[in-house]
Amino acid sequence: MRNTLATQLIFDLSSPGRRAARLPQCDVPTRAIEELIPAKFLAEKPLPLPEVAEPDIVRHYVNLSTLNMSVDTHFYPLGSCTMKYNPKRHERLSKLGGIVDVHPYQHADRMQGLLAILYEMQNMLGEIAGLPAVSLQPAAGAQGELTALMVAAAYFRDRGENRRKVLFPASAHGTNPASAAIAGFDCVQLPATANGLMDVEELRKHADSSTACLMVTNPNTLGLFEKQIAEVAKIIHDVGGLVYIDGANMNAIMGITRPGDFGGDMMHYNVHKTFTGPHGAGGPGSGPIAVRDFLKPYLPAPIIEKTTAENGQTVYQLVTPEKTIGKVRTFFGNVGILIRGYCYLRTLGPEGVRKAAEHAILNANYLKAILKDILPAAHGEYCLHEFVASASKLSKEKHISAMDIAKRLLDFGFHAPTVYFPLVVPEALMMEPTETESKATLDAFAETIRKITEESAEFLHDAPHSLPVSRPNDVQAARQPVLSWSPKVGV
Amino acid sequence: MSYLFATASEEQAMLSRIGVDSIDQLLQQIPKPLQLDKLLDLPPALSEMELEQHLRQLASQSSGATSRMCFQGGGAYDHYIPSVVDEITGRGEYYTAYTPYQAEASQGTLQAFFEYQTMICQLTGMQVSNASLYEGGGSVSEATLMAMRTTGRTGRVVIAGALHPEYTQVLRTYVGHTSTEVIHIPVGSDGTVDLTKLAGAIDENTAAVIVQNPNFLGNIEDLAAIADLTHAKESLMVVSTDPISLGLLARPGDLGADIVVAEGQSLGIPLQFGGPYLGILACRNDFIRRMPGRLIGETIDRTGGRCFVLSLQAREQHIRRDKATSNICTNQGLMALRATMFMAQMGPQGFKETAELCLQKAHYAATQIAAIPGYTILFSETPKFKEFVIQAPQSAQTLIEKVAKAGVDIGPALSQFAPIPGMPDTENLLLVAVTEQRTKAQIDHLVNLLK
Ligand SMILES: Cc1ncc(COP(=O)(O)O)c(C=O)c1O
Repeated sequence: MRNTLATQLIFDLSSPGRRAARLPQCDVPTRAIEELIPAKFLAEKPLPLPEVAEPDIVRHYVNLSTLNMSVDTHFYPLGSCTMKYNPKRHERLSKLGGIVDVHPYQHADRMQGLLAILYEMQNMLGEIAGLPAVSLQPAAGAQGELTALMVAAAYFRDRGENRRKVLFPASAHGTNPASAAIAGFDCVQLPATANGLMDVEELRKHADSSTACLMVTNPNTLGLFEKQIAEVAKIIHDVGGLVYIDGANMNAIMGITRPGDFGGDMMHYNVHKTFTGPHGAGGPGSGPIAVRDFLKPYLPAPIIEKTTAENGQTVYQLVTPEKTIGKVRTFFGNVGILIRGYCYLRTLGPEGVRKAAEHAILNANYLKAILKDILPAAHGEYCLHEFVASASKLSKEKHISAMDIAKRLLDFGFHAPTVYFPLVVPEALMMEPTETESKATLDAFAETIRKITEESAEFLHDAPHSLPVSRPNDVQAARQPVLSWSPKVGV
Repeated sequence: MSYLFATASEEQAMLSRIGVDSIDQLLQQIPKPLQLDKLLDLPPALSEMELEQHLRQLASQSSGATSRMCFQGGGAYDHYIPSVVDEITGRGEYYTAYTPYQAEASQGTLQAFFEYQTMICQLTGMQVSNASLYEGGGSVSEATLMAMRTTGRTGRVVIAGALHPEYTQVLRTYVGHTSTEVIHIPVGSDGTVDLTKLAGAIDENTAAVIVQNPNFLGNIEDLAAIADLTHAKESLMVVSTDPISLGLLARPGDLGADIVVAEGQSLGIPLQFGGPYLGILACRNDFIRRMPGRLIGETIDRTGGRCFVLSLQAREQHIRRDKATSNICTNQGLMALRATMFMAQMGPQGFKETAELCLQKAHYAATQIAAIPGYTILFSETPKFKEFVIQAPQSAQTLIEKVAKAGVDIGPALSQFAPIPGMPDTENLLLVAVTEQRTKAQIDHLVNLLK
């Protein structure tokens, strides 16, 4: 069935003089190009792009697509990524004229409908967060972190406070320290504790008048709710710092509890996770932030406000917050993804939002329970929307690693969980089934893992066995990087 | 409607297997005082049909380029999007997958991005491209930080002339809190960077000289001359380019660029009010290990077959944490895929013809507008590609509103941005861009409206 002819590199399919696009005749009077642009600015040769026909392109990329696993085709329990079903209606609706084709410099008067959607999105995200001031600008979660930290920095600068430190637990996602570093802060990592939760005493030791911010993921990357979050927040607030909630795991708590209610001052969302993005083979995402009212003046520009005109009509306006940090990206934001998030929230409504979180928790706990004897979770009796199992016992006793299990799962038609993250769990397999999977799928997945653990380590080290590719040589890829195709010379 | 599976009886079975009576019992992990005791204040759920009616109604209150005549510019353009782009990227196998962490289960994505990286190199004349950043302005900032890491210089960066004001703003947000000095060299009387002033500003502490070509005012810069000035002080030249212009113009890589960045929106990505777009970043081979963002590499697998992987991950945040080359994680994958389809569909000839159509139509429009009494095309002697600055006899905003009533969109007005050094600070200036999609009839219509 595999068409290997079509999945050669597109460059191998190229043939001089072949083409796909035909453009219209020029309908305006033309002038010689050299008359318009001096020769020294002009290309001497045509671009060395592949020369292919349209059917080449279609067959090539359609065949390539079949080499992917995806949510549409497979169970994809990639922890921390919330690989839930991406409703098809979102794809249709985000492509409506008046949404998909609006220029970023269109005047607000001529896009009131679009601004109404985005304004409502701001409101809904503020409500779900319990943090009323929202910026839709950040392009992804990591940019949300950076934006919020810049907001925090501006706030402290404004108050004449020089706070250099950002604290985060060892289980934090890599983007947390990376964002803090770019925002110019010193990073202080708090050690992990045995129960997987933050160490309050350790935090007390580090929290002082130089602390700008604590970044904490809640529920954390082990899928556990930081029970002492209120106390944690108080410790930070008592030294005048701010609490940042990494909202990557909002799918566990939306409608159940709110970052603003448990002590957070700022947070980001990952619309591509919690609100069904979709994930787009790596992106685009959207990483709006929600903050307390006293931080609103520092938000990036613009935000949307609703006013009433003299004639009583509702008017949506793009507004620059008075002490804005500026812009963290070009133009308004990843609007196409925000529209999908809006469609999702409007489909769920308040009951549906809570129900989705509850069932994400139900599914994760069910999977955790049926895997308990084979792949025990490192922490917690119960979890929220995900849990981190450890293959450490298997590794010691049978030399079967988390990676072996991950790779072998692919043979059975399951995407692998996230492996080796968070760093605080050895041989980690982080599983997030999401609410949009059936009991039957979870049963089949667990049963497959059971079978895998009974296979020989040697056999598993070579898995997958049925996919076109198995165990790429990463070391070679890094040592002698080949990052683009080049034509063979001398043939 | 939450797209759930579990029926009531299944839910019971699952709960009992977990060993609890109810979902509420699972929620006890969350301290009771922190739990909401009411539903969120969100609008009520809509069925698919109601949602569509609601969205259609709102969409009808917005003006998109497909139902109007879009002459708007300023970094996002109404270029044609071939149907192949939508068809292929509309496949769930691509758009519902995520970052290709498991190479074996992601060869489709990985190979497509390897091809993307290659085509970006072919387009820009550089040796290596990453697999995408967020958008144009972010790419300028990332390139600047990368230049600092590469040169070990953090003293100064120089913006050469008319960089997109939003890119400048983003850059200032990124480096504003550091000790790095951002020097902005004004444009001279011809609307390109003042080379004498530029030469004076680049010093031994300058990490990067950043230049946009064609610049924000639509004028073509002398990249080779800027490269000479930059390299004389061993700084790096960062060029922000318009990908479509490279169907005609010499590639920045052939003119001495060290890092090429671009807003990739014109490569098959819809306008959608500013995003998602595509941040392009390509550079010379020497800088590979300092690059931000994902990189796809070719390697062999266990059986010796060619395959593709996420490569050089030791640069990235999930490994290097606070020492990473960037904080980016989720990128703009699907937009890179769109660009890949677009570039494959266009090929060398399609690119050239598209660029020529833009060039001819923009010059026709400029000539016609210049002939209207009261209107001037600024820097009319300076070579341009598809965009130019009009000086109108009235405020640009008023003019934009006037033609908008007749279904034509022009702008943005320059007054809506922070002033570009060297440019007169008046209300009468605005940008007009003409893509290959605009017909002579549409251009003539615009000209009539301006009269
Ligand atoms: C816990 C956590 N924080 C932050 C991020 C970064 O978000 P993004 O990839 O959207 O930039 C992620 C996801 O990738 C995450 O899992």
